[in-house]
Amino acid sequence: MAEFLEFDSVSKHFGSVRAVDGVTLAIRRGEFFSLLGPSGCGKTTLLRMLAGFERPDTGRVLLDGRDITDLPPNKRQVNTIFQNYALFPHLTVRDNIAFGLRIAGRTGKEIDSEVDKMLALIQMEDQGTKKPDQISGGQKQRVAIARALINRPQVLLLDEPLAALDLKLRQRMLIELDLIHDEVGITFLYVTHDQGEAMSLSDRIAVMNRGKVEQLGTPTEIYEAPRSSFVAAFIGDTNFFEGTVAEAVDAEHSRLRIDGFPDVLVFNDKQLRTGDLVYLSVRPEKIGISREPPADNRLRNAVHAHVDEAVYLGSHTRFWVRVQDYRISVTQQHNRYLLDEKPIRWDEDVYIHWHADDGFLLERYSESDENLMTIPGIDGAPAERTR
Amino acid sequence: MTGGKARREWAVTLPSFAWLVALFVIPSLIVLAIAFRPATPSGGIGAGWTLETLRSLGNPNYPAILWRTVWLAVATTAVCLALGVPTSYALARAPKRWRNLLLLLVIVPFWTSFLVRIFAWRTLLHPEGPLKRALVAVGLAAPDSQLLYNSGAILLVLVYTELPFAILPLYAAAEKFDFRLIEAARDLGASSWRAFRSVFLPGIGRGIVTATLVTLIPALGSYVVPDLVGGPSSEMIGNKIAQRTFTDRNLPHAAALSALLALAVLAPTLIALAANRRKESP
Repeated sequence: MAEFLEFDSVSKHFGSVRAVDGVTLAIRRGEFFSLLGPSGCGKTTLLRMLAGFERPDTGRVLLDGRDITDLPPNKRQVNTIFQNYALFPHLTVRDNIAFGLRIAGRTGKEIDSEVDKMLALIQMEDQGTKKPDQISGGQKQRVAIARALINRPQVLLLDEPLAALDLKLRQRMLIELDLIHDEVGITFLYVTHDQGEAMSLSDRIAVMNRGKVEQLGTPTEIYEAPRSSFVAAFIGDTNFFEGTVAEAVDAEHSRLRIDGFPDVLVFNDKQLRTGDLVYLSVRPEKIGISREPPADNRLRNAVHAHVDEAVYLGSHTRFWVRVQDYRISVTQQHNRYLLDEKPIRWDEDVYIHWHADDGFLLERYSESDENLMTIPGIDGAPAERTR
Repeated sequence: MTGGKARREWAVTLPSFAWLVALFVIPSLIVLAIAFRPATPSGGIGAGWTLETLRSLGNPNYPAILWRTVWLAVATTAVCLALGVPTSYALARAPKRWRNLLLLLVIVPFWTSFLVRIFAWRTLLHPEGPLKRALVAVGLAAPDSQLLYNSGAILLVLVYTELPFAILPLYAAAEKFDFRLIEAARDLGASSWRAFRSVFLPGIGRGIVTATLVTLIPALGSYVVPDLVGGPSSEMIGNKIAQRTFTDRNLPHAAALSALLALAVLAPTLIALAANRRKESP
């Protein structure tokens, strides 16, 4: 299928800041596509270029084969859900939803029946006469969705639409958004800094950093096979170890030398050679923890560690363990009835272990070093070296 | 509401309330009362009560003057709004560091005495003045045309005096306006003009009402401007009141005209208040 929506090497400067730096992206028809990244990564600028509020300095924006780069916002068949909803305070819910059709000059009868359909879709049939300041945050959100969808846009743009809602409501709106997407079947372009939202909703995600797309892929690809240390740390939690590639042990695995650490085996899909500087990234839930060393397994790394902290969280326990000067995050799922077991506690000596294929190597160059330092707002920082 | 809170509110309100009653309500009632007194030939107020003065307001001169006063005031207000609304929009959208400077420029004329500024206009509009000569030179005015001493001159100078008063409340409203609503309207297919009309204008409705009041009311009661730049055929009611007071020494007559003016001011105020109240209650 031909690309439906394309950013063709678009760039945008604000003063000396490169907000968007040569982004090329292709989005398919009907896709739920997310732009994910920290604030200031350029994701909102990209969305505003598609809406028509910003014009790229260079590059083109194409929608359904048509160059829309220079079209004003009102001439584009895209509609936006704004972060603060931007409902018109002087109009009722009905009139807010009808706004687009009124502008389009549709007859009163048509407008009435379309608005009724939309009110039914968002389950607010009896709230039509209220003003925006008389309805709740979640309802405002739904009115904003209805006001956009009634115009049957080719693409619906969502700019951090859940950011203003509390957690419970956010979770419910996530499900509603997903249902609405299934029901109307149009392309959604979703901008967020919340990896959880992006992971749970999207068909594909573009992770952005400093105006560039760091990685494009399905949620699983991005989580399981991040291509840079930035992506690895921004999506979910991970432990980073600085190492040097030592000799290969077989066609796919290499030995890794980590300062102050026993050598570990790692899956070397990148064909890195002896002496290359790398980061080894291992997700907390991929690491096992036990009192006894695991049964001998050639590809399983086992390291002696000391439990610094153990936080019981019901469904799982979060451990911080120490190996030399590394603080390592480990999550243990409780699949069995925990009271029957003797749980590992604070200050115990334990073994942590993971399969060589569960760690992934990331090339180490100065830029990603910097990136690691500047990741904002991740719950539970990645493993840090405490010297 | 608790008794203590009510009492405290009264204590806070009382001084200004007393001030208004003593210096505004009572004098207004006195003026109204004088309208029903006879005039003495020496310029004083006679004893007893009479409807003579009110009856003399039926003189066909007065409706014409009242009508001219109203249309000049309404036209002034309309022009001030037409200029002030776009100005307030531009001010509110200007970069923050420029806004205060631009606002200062709006207020700068007040640093010069009102009278001096009006005399400056007289010089500008004078038949031998620079503006007239320039217009004649480029062929936009006939040599014998008159820029001064007519209703047009009054309108021009009234707009000039009232415009800053209109801009300030409009700007106050525009500054609070959420301009993302304009983007939302554009996003939903509105042209920039349509977004301005359907979203910005209702959004600053309060400011428009206030600006209307603060230009319309002073314009209705203007006296100095028509006196200095108007001619004998463009008198406003303020001039008539002054003439009756200072020249004819007929205080009851001046009082009756003042009462008429007060009514003319009160009517739009009450309408505006009612409109605002309706806006508040959904």
